[in-house]
Amino acid sequence: MQHAIEVRGLDKRFGQVHAVKNVSFTLSYGEVLGFLGPNGAGKSTTMKMICGFLEPTAGHVTVAGHAIDEDPIAARRAIGYLPEGAPAYGEMTPRAFFEFIGRVRGLERRYLESRIREVVARIHLESVIDRPIETLSKGFKRRVGLAQAILHDPRILILDEPTDGLDPNQKHEVRSLIREMAAEKAIIISTHILEEVDAICSNTLIIADGRLCFRGTPAELQSRSRQHNAVLLRLPEMDAIRVRGELARLPGVAAIDDLGRAGASHRLRVCAQEGRPIIAPIAERVRALGIEPEEIAVDYGRLDEVFRNITLGSLTDNRRALT
Amino acid sequence: MILSPQTLAVARRELGAYFATPVAYVFIVIFLFLAGVFTFYVGAFFERGQADLLPFFQFHPWLYLFLIPAISMRLWSEERKTGTVELLMTLPLTLGDAVLGKFLAAWAFTGIALALTFPIWITVNYLGDPDNTIILVSYLGSFLMAGGFLAIGACISATTKNQVIAFVVSLVVCFLFVLAGYPVVLDFFSGWAPPALVQAIGSLSFLTHYSALTKGVVDLRDVLYFAALIGFWLYANTVVIELKKAE
Ligand SMILES: Nc1ncnc2c1ncn2[C@@H]1O[C@H](COP(=O)(O)OP(=O)(O)O)[C@@H](O)[C@H]1O
Ligand SMILES: [Mg+2]
Repeated sequence: MQHAIEVRGLDKRFGQVHAVKNVSFTLSYGEVLGFLGPNGAGKSTTMKMICGFLEPTAGHVTVAGHAIDEDPIAARRAIGYLPEGAPAYGEMTPRAFFEFIGRVRGLERRYLESRIREVVARIHLESVIDRPIETLSKGFKRRVGLAQAILHDPRILILDEPTDGLDPNQKHEVRSLIREMAAEKAIIISTHILEEVDAICSNTLIIADGRLCFRGTPAELQSRSRQHNAVLLRLPEMDAIRVRGELARLPGVAAIDDLGRAGASHRLRVCAQEGRPIIAPIAERVRALGIEPEEIAVDYGRLDEVFRNITLGSLTDNRRALT
Repeated sequence: MILSPQTLAVARRELGAYFATPVAYVFIVIFLFLAGVFTFYVGAFFERGQADLLPFFQFHPWLYLFLIPAISMRLWSEERKTGTVELLMTLPLTLGDAVLGKFLAAWAFTGIALALTFPIWITVNYLGDPDNTIILVSYLGSFLMAGGFLAIGACISATTKNQVIAFVVSLVVCFLFVLAGYPVVLDFFSGWAPPALVQAIGSLSFLTHYSALTKGVVDLRDVLYFAALIGFWLYANTVVIELKKAE
């Protein structure tokens, strides 16, 4: 099947600044790609090149089968784009703004009207539909930008930080919207919120300093964590030291972190070697010692830790060596 | 010429933006007020005892010099400042659609202001028996010249995110285009420059072409001059946006 987006060897320089370095990836319909990276990593710049706003210094972008430099209009027709910061014409009301977008996109009048109704209802903009955009709160502005992007029901959605500035409920709203649309669309969202990746993305791509440094599912990303499949234990304080000594000798255990006291209990984290599951032997051993753990659970790993390790590059190796 | 739906959508939005704030109305009031002052006081409309609108039209270049940069300054600087240029240029329209749409909106706005001077035309018809063909051609000439000013202003507006800078630079450039036809300037050049150059400079001036039109003479060359001027500056506008939009 044809890819929704194909990016090959994309490169962008702004004078001395090498913002994007030889980035390649593909995206299929039905996929939600989380574009992760620290600030200034080159996420926005990459998205701007995919949408044809910026011209790459080198490389190719194909969107819905159209090379962005050869047939930009056809490519843009297939895309719904929310630029970073959700820019919009402040003096316009959301209604007038959507009508403008619809007209430029060549939507037939009646279809446009029904789409505006649908989108406004879906994103809950009824209360502000006739107020100038410049008077709206940040959360509403962001949603107006999102509504604009999905107005023509595009097959490809490119959203640059769609949940930035939203409160937790609104974030939840937007995420469920994206999840709903995911089945038939190809979606890229950039974010620096890691929980977002877990919540909605089928795939992630991590970019740091302009370079692609990870591509995989959120689960794969998580499995890179030192804590992947680690076991969390809560024990009576008096047993903690003994258990610790015993478990340290257990095969498959890489390290034991002391997480400190919690009331009359003590908490330990037993890290697994190479992330292999170790909960069964640990539970068995603890019980063999005649101790009933107050709590025993598996830790699947922390995305932010992985993210830090991946984006800080070589630091990863140093940390591994230390533990 | 058939305009694309995209061009029309941009023009419509842009024209709406002018009227979204009181600035448009203030502008029109100032325009009408100054047109009146120039015509009746400075131009000695009544004392001349002639039933024509020559004084009225003679002041248009000077009126436009200050007022048109005020109309054109926001066209692109605002888009670049607020980042909407990214939104606009990732919609399925060409750069030409966007540039033309914006220009046409500003031109239509100027046309509205110009049309609202009709009481002056009614006055002169009430007081005497003017040659209305000359007046009509003068209006056409004034409108064309406004388009020239606007195309310059639109292009300069694309070079900066700062509207004040856009205003000042547009004013200066427009000033040069007006001045180029004045004897003072031409005399300065005729002392040493080859006559062809002097003539070329003179023919670049708004005044040379505009004053012919205000006499009621429709010379295709004058009309073509303004058309070419507008075309050139709008083309330059697209080039400037291509170069500057990412900043
Ligand atoms: N128009 C520009 N001119 C110069 N440098 C730029 C421009 N846009 C972005 N950059 C630089 O490119 C790098 C990547 O920026 P960006 O793509 O916005 O990062 P992100 O979206 O991941 O936070 C940054 O170092 C930024 O300063
Ligand atoms: Mg960004």
